[in-house]
Amino acid sequence: MDTLLDVKNLTKDYQLEDITASILRGITFTLNAGEMVAIMGPSGSGKSTLMHILGFLDRPTSGTYHFRGRDTQTLSDDELAVLRNKEIGFVFQSFNLLRRTSVLDNVKLPLAYVGHKVPDSDERAKKVLEAVGLSHRLNSRPNQLSGGEQQRVAIARALINDPSIIFADEPTGNLDSKSGAQVIGIFKKLHHEGHTIVLVTHDLNIAREAHRTLHIKDGEIIQDEIAPTH
Amino acid sequence: MQFKEVIKIILEGYRANKIRAVLTILGIVIGIGSVIVIMSVGAGAQSLILNQITSMGTNLIGILPGASDPNGPPATVFGLTITTLKYEDAEALRDRSQVPSAVAVSAYVSGVDTISSNYESLTGNFMGVSAAFPEVEDDEVATGRFFTEAEEKGLARVAVLGAQAKKDLFGANDPIGQRIKIKRESFEVIGVLSAKGSNIFSDTDNRTLVPVLSAQKLILGIGHLGFIRVKINDAGNLDQAKEDIKTVLRQRHGISNPADDDFSIRSTAQALDVLGQVTDAIRFFLAGIGALSLLVGGVGIMNIMLIAVAERTKEIGLRKALGAKRKDLLLQFLTEASLSSLIGGLVGVVGGIAVSGIIAVVAQSLGYNWSFIISPGSIILACLVSISIGMIFGYYPAKRASNLDPIEALRYE
Repeated sequence: MDTLLDVKNLTKDYQLEDITASILRGITFTLNAGEMVAIMGPSGSGKSTLMHILGFLDRPTSGTYHFRGRDTQTLSDDELAVLRNKEIGFVFQSFNLLRRTSVLDNVKLPLAYVGHKVPDSDERAKKVLEAVGLSHRLNSRPNQLSGGEQQRVAIARALINDPSIIFADEPTGNLDSKSGAQVIGIFKKLHHEGHTIVLVTHDLNIAREAHRTLHIKDGEIIQDEIAPTH
Repeated sequence: MQFKEVIKIILEGYRANKIRAVLTILGIVIGIGSVIVIMSVGAGAQSLILNQITSMGTNLIGILPGASDPNGPPATVFGLTITTLKYEDAEALRDRSQVPSAVAVSAYVSGVDTISSNYESLTGNFMGVSAAFPEVEDDEVATGRFFTEAEEKGLARVAVLGAQAKKDLFGANDPIGQRIKIKRESFEVIGVLSAKGSNIFSDTDNRTLVPVLSAQKLILGIGHLGFIRVKINDAGNLDQAKEDIKTVLRQRHGISNPADDDFSIRSTAQALDVLGQVTDAIRFFLAGIGALSLLVGGVGIMNIMLIAVAERTKEIGLRKALGAKRKDLLLQFLTEASLSSLIGGLVGVVGGIAVSGIIAVVAQSLGYNWSFIISPGSIILACLVSISIGMIFGYYPAKRASNLDPIEALRYE
């Protein structure tokens, strides 16, 4: 399998007045295309920071990060924006949909930043909405949808640019268990279709759905566990 | 990011915050509107003043007795009677070989005395003028005729009445062939001039005209002129004509040093120039004050844009996470500020034109010769200024939005 992410000795420090807080203390792992991985740890363990760095929203203090064989250290902010747009799909705990905008336009939002006009944008948006089972809610506003439906719209939005990897940060954190299960079901389905998925969670039940779990504590990977069932 | 998308986002924002959008835009509406109104009303008032001078003819040169500063008041204003200007001077200026561009010359004397007809007796203004008077003053004879050069030279006892003077002396009766008395001298009325309308300088219709020599010799008993007016063929020849006139008069008066001139020469073009400059200065001063309100409008836009950026911090973070570059966000917020400002500018232009139009209509209905003037330049300028204000005052908020850290922004609640 192709190596998608190759991370070595990644650290992240925050300067808080006189104190230096080390959030990540030397993270090393690789991730292959087509994997479904859970990054698990208690709050404050550094899992969100790790996801931000892996998703090019943040830069590490030290260490190397190769994405599809390419060193990302020297990339400019604009080049990172291009990577976020084309290679990464984000799903957030609080959905982060634009309230005043229709489901269809919310899903199309990343296409606004690809740098050129996308002629078949409507078709593409409808296709990914169909994949999450919402092709009947194209013209609804987010506030007319249930939480589970909103999160599925967010997943569709993450899929629209056919990214190499999807990062989901506590995607079921704001959902009831039934909607949560539905959302996890969609991630599993996408995984079976060949998508690479990283779930960030503190919920062991969610993590169990992934075939591999990176346990993080105090900024370090304490266990890299491959589930035998997968 | 496609420009169409940007506009769509902005319009959605307006829809969500209608009152705020209107109030933001209002600042610019008032600023641009007031500049347009001030410029237009200023131009209208200016045209009112300048039209009145132009109505006297722009090709006129006036020769006044006594020396004076060309931009100062004439010597006669100070109540002096200066007798240096003679009928023969006017005669000499008629000589085409001396003043080639002169097409008509009229000498003037004037006085106030009792004027009476068979119907009325009143104290009125009379003038002694040359036969060329209608040509010099662009006057038309409505009924009868003007007096001839032969009558002028022959001390004829004939008179031509202004439209108002005719009404005052004869009412509805036909004055032609009837006699009037000025002081105690009798004149036959041979013509009535068309009404010309009054202006702020004099009531041109309220006068009685007699040949200049008749006025001098029969009524006033004087040998000098009040002034001479020369009409020239083209405004372009004005300066040359002035020089020619000076040469003639200096020669006739035996003056070798220009500092000793006993006459002064004015032109209406000169007066137009001076008045035009003064009124322009006032207009631009007032427009400058109007422009200050634009600055206030610009600060309003900046204020609202800063609020919008703060409110939409999370959205900005999301857009960055989805691949928006700094310049995308800069463009989005700059466009929003510019669009708000441009809309305000356009509404201000339309409103300003409407208000200026109403003022013009009211002024016209009050009988002023008021022109409704909107220069296309001022509209284009207003639009450019309003877009620039949006850009200038929108830049800081837009920069702030584009520099937000996406993680911080996404966490913002």
